[in-house]
Amino acid sequence: MISTGVLQLSIYTIVLIALAIPLGNYMAQVYSRNVGAQARDPVTNSLLWCESKIYSLARIDATAEMGWFAYAQCFLIFNAAGMLFVYAIQRLQPLLPGNPENLSGVSPDCAFNTAVSFASNTNWQSYSGETTMSYLTQMLALTSQNFLSAAAGMTVLVALIRAFARQQADSVGNFFVDLVRSIIFILLPLSTVLALTLVSLGVVQTFNGSLEYKPVEALSLNYKSTDSSHLAKLARGPVASQIAIKQLGTNGGGFFGVNSCHPFENSGALSNFLEMLAILLIPAALCQTFGKMVGSQKNGLALLSAMTFIFLLLLSVCYGFENAGNPAFTTLGIDQLSSDINSGGNMEGKEVRFGVANSALWAVATTAASNGSVNSMHDSFTPMAGLVPMLLMQLGEVVFGGVGSGLYGMVVFALITVFIAGLMVGRTPEYLGKKIEAYEIKMASLVILFPPMMVLLGTALAVSVSAGTVAVLNPGAHGFSEILYAFSSASNNNGSAFAGLSVNTPFYNYALGVSMFVGRYMLAIPVLALAGSLAAKKKIEAGNGTMATDNWLFVALLIGVVMIFGGLTFVPSLALGPVVEQLQMTFER
Amino acid sequence: MSAVRPTLVLFFILTVLTGVIYPALVTGAAQLLFKDQAEGSIVFKEVEGQRIAIGSKLIGQNFTSPKYFWARPSATSPAYNAAASSGSNLGPTNKDFIAAVNDRVKAIKAANPGWDNSKKIPVDLVTASGSGLDPDISPEAASLQLARVAHARELPLEAVAKLVSAHTEKRMLGFLGEPRVNVLELNLALDDLR
Repeated sequence: MISTGVLQLSIYTIVLIALAIPLGNYMAQVYSRNVGAQARDPVTNSLLWCESKIYSLARIDATAEMGWFAYAQCFLIFNAAGMLFVYAIQRLQPLLPGNPENLSGVSPDCAFNTAVSFASNTNWQSYSGETTMSYLTQMLALTSQNFLSAAAGMTVLVALIRAFARQQADSVGNFFVDLVRSIIFILLPLSTVLALTLVSLGVVQTFNGSLEYKPVEALSLNYKSTDSSHLAKLARGPVASQIAIKQLGTNGGGFFGVNSCHPFENSGALSNFLEMLAILLIPAALCQTFGKMVGSQKNGLALLSAMTFIFLLLLSVCYGFENAGNPAFTTLGIDQLSSDINSGGNMEGKEVRFGVANSALWAVATTAASNGSVNSMHDSFTPMAGLVPMLLMQLGEVVFGGVGSGLYGMVVFALITVFIAGLMVGRTPEYLGKKIEAYEIKMASLVILFPPMMVLLGTALAVSVSAGTVAVLNPGAHGFSEILYAFSSASNNNGSAFAGLSVNTPFYNYALGVSMFVGRYMLAIPVLALAGSLAAKKKIEAGNGTMATDNWLFVALLIGVVMIFGGLTFVPSLALGPVVEQLQMTFER
Repeated sequence: MSAVRPTLVLFFILTVLTGVIYPALVTGAAQLLFKDQAEGSIVFKEVEGQRIAIGSKLIGQNFTSPKYFWARPSATSPAYNAAASSGSNLGPTNKDFIAAVNDRVKAIKAANPGWDNSKKIPVDLVTASGSGLDPDISPEAASLQLARVAHARELPLEAVAKLVSAHTEKRMLGFLGEPRVNVLELNLALDDLR
């Protein structure tokens, strides 16, 4: 029923915004080091104790300030350590404990891909979790990177925010402090609460290995015998702890191959609602944090409004096409009308407990944010509904986006917007009292140009070599969409897939690994350079000629710039994939 | 590069904190507070004096006998393989996909005697789920199978219909999620009926 679907989508959006504002305020306190400044409760006290203990163990001076270059150095060393560590653990997995299924070592190309993937907050998975990674690997290498890569993204954003808040400063903060605080005060508490809530709803959390059971039908057939024939196996593991952070940290890498379609990762309507909230919660809240820290909440809300508008627009497109179902089915006598007794819509690759509305909502949320977890198979979406997640990634993951990375991407688009507006009226552009000059625009251009370049070049390469084309599952235009989706996902650090594409091959593991690397680090470094240059500038008072950046006119301009830039870059390739397929589906029968 | 040492030390501290302490803590708390759910909501049954696991109420099972309600098509190999979840990933215009759906439609018509050809088949019953382990079917997909199950078990139609409506889960709070019937629980209740 369309009304129930629309109701679910509306309630989701309202609850999201209602939770994001207070969380945003709290995070602003965390990064301004004001936590526990007033009344202290035992939880805050123990977190503060943890924090100071970590600094003393690592011999870190928490009061020291860093310039952008030193900050970037620490960021890079930290990420390099993450990659090497994840690679090593995967390769050595058979020699290490915590491997009850006796899984063998991961191949070099897959291990490389996974290492880049998890360090870059992409969580693209070319492997199937339950048959490839041991419990130890899942926890020590993958769950930990879910926290670390998310926190690393947040540090880059915080540095950029401080650059706007400060003036004539030669520092942007302390990388170690921002990293530790993101984990201790934000990610760990939220994840613990979410993980335990999910367990109460049926998501598994056990070290007891897989379980052998006798299926009911087998039991009824040879009721008298107690022999071990017809035994089936149920994969389990420490799932909930990973699911919580994979959702909250815009990571997306699930425990099982089918991610949050799996009933043990996502058991029902409520777990689904909470997991979907967790996807967008921190990215949305960071807009409020931004407004609060730069001293103008309206500017933060302007960015949040632009994101929400694009989100709702594309959500309605995706839901509309999915709810309409597959026209080829009507002649087969299949009921695709959703109601109180029928799922309805395009149900291939979807679970009954979620239905079309919650699957479309998840698909849009997970690609608006650079999350990449799925609760339905995007490859089986109707063509135009599948175009929506692809486009959201291609826009640069700035509609909510990754934790940290989404908002710094959007701020870069805001700089481009004031620059274009400034060109039109012939004035020096300003944003939040900082003059935007040639250097800033050069850095901003790098940020918005690298991902599209990787998407288009990668896709072009893959469709021209047989190693790229043999991997395709579905024929025709849809096969092209599978490849385009893969490179859009990797280059923008999303991690979701049109999973029909067989990507666990050396070609795709290396090509997509490089795309993920460029998509993360070739953006984070220019953003930190931008932060360094902005921090050094004087803050100028807004005058008569200053364009306001906290009103609806600016929001509209920003939406226009994001959509036009993404549109101009990707309309040709989208036309070759989903658009052609939609036309074929509608008219070629 | 004075930054190298503290960065690496911090990396290992945080890895242990988030990769060992956090999952261990969550596992401990989960096992203490929600043991049943944490272990996978396992369903047990007494067979010849032995208590054996017969599945999880969250994980679908394959049913092919006419006396059971059937679950949705599954793309895992073999169907409903809970050790290796998988969707079909077939695209909406893929000819193999349309042909497979057509075959399923025919199979359902053949399996349900006295089929009224004007009746439409609910879409969930001819499409594969995302996980291949979907425990549910739509209420319409259950009512479509009523006659067959009742006939195979020589039960009155009303008795089976009553069981189905008792196992129909409505939307949470009236709006969240989708209405559904858990196939395993329904079939176990059927077995208990006689």
